[in-house]
Amino acid sequence: MPIPEAAGMTRRERYEQKQRLKSLIIAAASTICVVAALVIIVPMTPGWEKVQKSFFNGEVLAKTFPKLLDAFMVNVMIFAWSAPAIAILGLLIALARDAKSPALFPLRIFGAAFTDVFRGVPVILTVYLIGFGIPGLGLPRPWNSPFIWGSLALVLTYSAYVAEIFRAGIDSVHPSQRAAALSLGLSERQVMRDVVLPQAIRNVVPSQMNMLIALQKDVSLLSFIGPVEIFRQAGVFKSLFANFTPYVGAAIIFLIVTIPATRYADYLMARQMRERS
Amino acid sequence: MHKIELHKVVKRFGQNTVCDGVDLTVEKNQMVCLIGASGAGKSTLLRCINLLEPIEDGEIFLDGEDISIPGLNPQRVRAKIGMVFQNFNLFPHMTAYENAILAPRRVHGLSKLQLQSEIEALFERFELADRMHNYPDQLSGGQQQRVAIVRALAMKPEVMLFDEITSALDPQLVGDVLDVLLKLKSQGMTMVLATHEMGFARQAADKVCFLKDGKIIEEGTSKQVFDAPKKSETKAFLARAFK
Repeated sequence: MPIPEAAGMTRRERYEQKQRLKSLIIAAASTICVVAALVIIVPMTPGWEKVQKSFFNGEVLAKTFPKLLDAFMVNVMIFAWSAPAIAILGLLIALARDAKSPALFPLRIFGAAFTDVFRGVPVILTVYLIGFGIPGLGLPRPWNSPFIWGSLALVLTYSAYVAEIFRAGIDSVHPSQRAAALSLGLSERQVMRDVVLPQAIRNVVPSQMNMLIALQKDVSLLSFIGPVEIFRQAGVFKSLFANFTPYVGAAIIFLIVTIPATRYADYLMARQMRERS
Repeated sequence: MHKIELHKVVKRFGQNTVCDGVDLTVEKNQMVCLIGASGAGKSTLLRCINLLEPIEDGEIFLDGEDISIPGLNPQRVRAKIGMVFQNFNLFPHMTAYENAILAPRRVHGLSKLQLQSEIEALFERFELADRMHNYPDQLSGGQQQRVAIVRALAMKPEVMLFDEITSALDPQLVGDVLDVLLKLKSQGMTMVLATHEMGFARQAADKVCFLKDGKIIEEGTSKQVFDAPKKSETKAFLARAFK
């Protein structure tokens, strides 16, 4: 294939341009083949028309989408109060697990037990046990709200994971930073607060972003104990219209939020890799 | 009374004896250079003096006070002894200025306002005034090391320990940092250096100690040690160092 030769290009640049063009053509051709196969073959399947009607029904989507968005605000709300609570509790658990003083030994044991238990149980089980169990004690309103206990279940589970990430972050700060801070006469506590933690937290921001994204999705698990959030609302519409399109609508709403967030987390991760190398 | 006195100091890491009964005295206003091959125990000795490493046996005295008593709160001692490290160890999330002001604020309980003119003067004294508000990664190695010295001086220490502070620098930046040491010496700072800069030690040290396998094999004025070493180990080391 003739390549337009810009004046003054080196042998290397010409070669690389040729390679780039080649990969571009191959990528385009392969993408076209796959898309064409999907577009031609999928509609040829015997059940396609039915599936299209019950999952990709434009009319149902238009009718339910605004209500689904409203219901999504419930997810956002639960997310908005759970996330800060998780950050704080996670950090406290991480610090408890690193406590050195013998008086704090029970705290260390508690931290270890906490992370073991809540990382070891499926989220949905924790949501069920806490969400149904605690209101079962016969608490008066508003303390029997599934919002409170469901959120607590999420907070407990996610704190366990978040604590482990914070601990990895604390370990990632080089011991020489501690030595330098101690040599200046700072106490262990001051070293942790002023020198180690700020660096540790910065190091784990990308990983914690991924936890936030996972939390945003897991808020839907609360639908099993009552709150009418988006997944539950979609279920209501499914029954009402005898059609699965509301689920697809819900998925679209999640993706609108999570794809940018995921891309951003990946970007942060990539930037950190660059800084470290 | 000696400023610092080490008496039969022993430091072990597991089975490995790194300091093997070290006796050393440092007088006020003196610059003492520890020389010797890597692994001879120079850095560990400095870390022991600053109580960053607990010692297994022996005593360390500062102004006649035993600071090596097990269980002693090390903070008060460390506040009097500044230390500068080979790899600078600046706090990367703080500007040069914030690095310097942190410890005086936290340890001496002084306010930012009370410290401002003093800390700024320190940066000016070491020709870093225009770099004061830069982060460490915006500074050259030589500048970072000078900031680390300023950070230690901000605590107004009575003694400064320098752990091979020029070893991680490009050769053309070494001079700047050594000039700082000469400046401190002329102002009467008591200093202990672990160093591979033989030319500098020869020119500036009041006392030179040659370490091998965790022991001080030979010590004396720089003239005695460099020009007329008595021990064969010292001769062999210097012959290699000045080759």
